Amino acid sequence: MSIISTSGLARTFDSRNGPVHAVRSVDLTIAAGEIVGLLGPNGAGKTTALRMLTTLLTPTGGAATVAGHDLAGDPAGVRAACGYVAQSGGVDPYLTVREELVTQGRLYRLSRADATARAARLARDLGLGELLDRKAVTLSGGQRRRLDIAMGLVHHPLVLFLDEPTTGLDPGSRTDLWDLVRGLRDDHGTTVVLTTHYLDEADALADRLIVIDRGVVVAEGTPAALRAEYAGSPAASLQDTFLAITGRAAAPADAAPLSVQGL
Amino acid sequence: MLLHDIALIFGRYARQTLRSRFQMLFGTLMPLLYLLFFGPLLDDLPLGSAGDSWQVLIPGLLLQLALFGASFAGFSVIVEKSTGVMERMRVTPVSRLALLLGRVLRDALLFMFQAVLLVLAALVMGLRAPLPGILIGFVFVGLLTVALASLSYALAVKVATPQEFGPVINAVTMPAMLLSGLMLPMTLGPGWLDVVSRLTPLRYLVDAVRDAYVGSYATAHMLYGTLVAVVFAVVAVAVGSRVFHRAGA
Ligand SMILES: Nc1ncnc2c1ncn2[C@@H]1O[C@H](COP(=O)(O)OP(=O)(O)OP(=O)(O)O)[C@@H](O)[C@H]1O
Ligand SMILES: [Mg+2]
Repeated sequence: MSIISTSGLARTFDSRNGPVHAVRSVDLTIAAGEIVGLLGPNGAGKTTALRMLTTLLTPTGGAATVAGHDLAGDPAGVRAACGYVAQSGGVDPYLTVREELVTQGRLYRLSRADATARAARLARDLGLGELLDRKAVTLSGGQRRRLDIAMGLVHHPLVLFLDEPTTGLDPGSRTDLWDLVRGLRDDHGTTVVLTTHYLDEADALADRLIVIDRGVVVAEGTPAALRAEYAGSPAASLQDTFLAITGRAAAPADAAPLSVQGL
Repeated sequence: MLLHDIALIFGRYARQTLRSRFQMLFGTLMPLLYLLFFGPLLDDLPLGSAGDSWQVLIPGLLLQLALFGASFAGFSVIVEKSTGVMERMRVTPVSRLALLLGRVLRDALLFMFQAVLLVLAALVMGLRAPLPGILIGFVFVGLLTVALASLSYALAVKVATPQEFGPVINAVTMPAMLLSGLMLPMTLGPGWLDVVSRLTPLRYLVDAVRDAYVGSYATAHMLYGTLVAVVFAVVAVAVGSRVFHRAGA
């Protein structure tokens, strides 16, 4: 049973330098309870794809069904079923961890009592138990990232979209998050779609990888199958596999700062 | 469901506002300065309208408070867009209309509260006006806030940066202030200015509240003022609602 399916999903942005085809035509089928890793170089279209699937961005082409709800026809149904953790988070710096978690729970229509209990529980699970009454602005980068993740989990979503959830987390928190994600799937049957630039993470966590580049899906399969197909051997490194698929490294190999235009 | 969502969004922003006593009081500063340093100048001037100078000045200051306060309400949305708070709320099933109305309701109550403070100060300075008239004045402050805040939020959703937002708001609020006769009744001026002023919706609200402050409730000014205020608020909420529904398109 597929819980996410898209056909020809596309999004073009208008920009001063002409149209930007962020996502060109993506056909995906994701089964309930799958953990899917979405890989691709910077600018490949990963975030754009997730923002479409979570109704934040209207597609300029194609269609999709998420958790049985048509993206265009029943966006509220899609929203109720999904959790989303944005690449750059989304908490008000001047509200407390508890306030933000409870508000988010209530926006997902939990009762006040349920939202309050859920906030405490999630804070504990994500190592924020001591910080419930701290303002978000006082949290460390990794603590804030864990709060972002908790915000996406408040309503026990059927489908969870995580956009680079572990960026900024220390190694221990990272593996804790992997355990959490596996637990969600094993105990609640949650379907998880996550993007990452850490290939070890994709390898360890994902049942299946989808590689997109320049807005199109260029490869998909289990990590082992991708290795065998693109790097010639199931024992090859995922790094080499990724390079063979996209012709580019997953993360910039040199640490030189990128110049960002148009900002 | 809509009411539940509005209450939720209202609660969030009201809590934020209550926490910032500074924000609650600061909005009254500019009108208070006018009250202190401009009001006395008018004491013995012939203003060409009924009532004493306070009954002419205070209605203008009340609407000025709403004009400048509510027009800049959208700044918070620009901040929330950059912190991701906006999208994180839009990703939930909460009603899009509630995302607008919850904020607008908070603004309306905030500026009505500030209006009460201003009127209390004015009473101390020497304002005398009938209670029903004063209450009508607060209702107009509320309606004007609903209208302007809705448009301000809509604009904030549309533009990318504060650098685009600020100038647009200034370009609207300054002429609106000058042409509506907020400071002095437009009837004092030359005919052409009076005509231009009649094209400014705010003019009708100012005239209506001035009538209310001298206890004339069944006047043409009151009728037009009420009509303009209600229609302006309804249209503005419709525009805002449309923009909030289509954000991300
Ligand atoms: N609002 C926008 N307007 C114009 N172009 C955009 C907009 N949002 C994204 N893009 C462009 O669309 C393309 C895909 O962006 P997207 O954020 O989806 O990439 P990504 O795969 O998430 O990259 P990263 O790994 O760096 O997060 C990029 O070229 C980006 O510049
Ligand atoms: Mg991204």
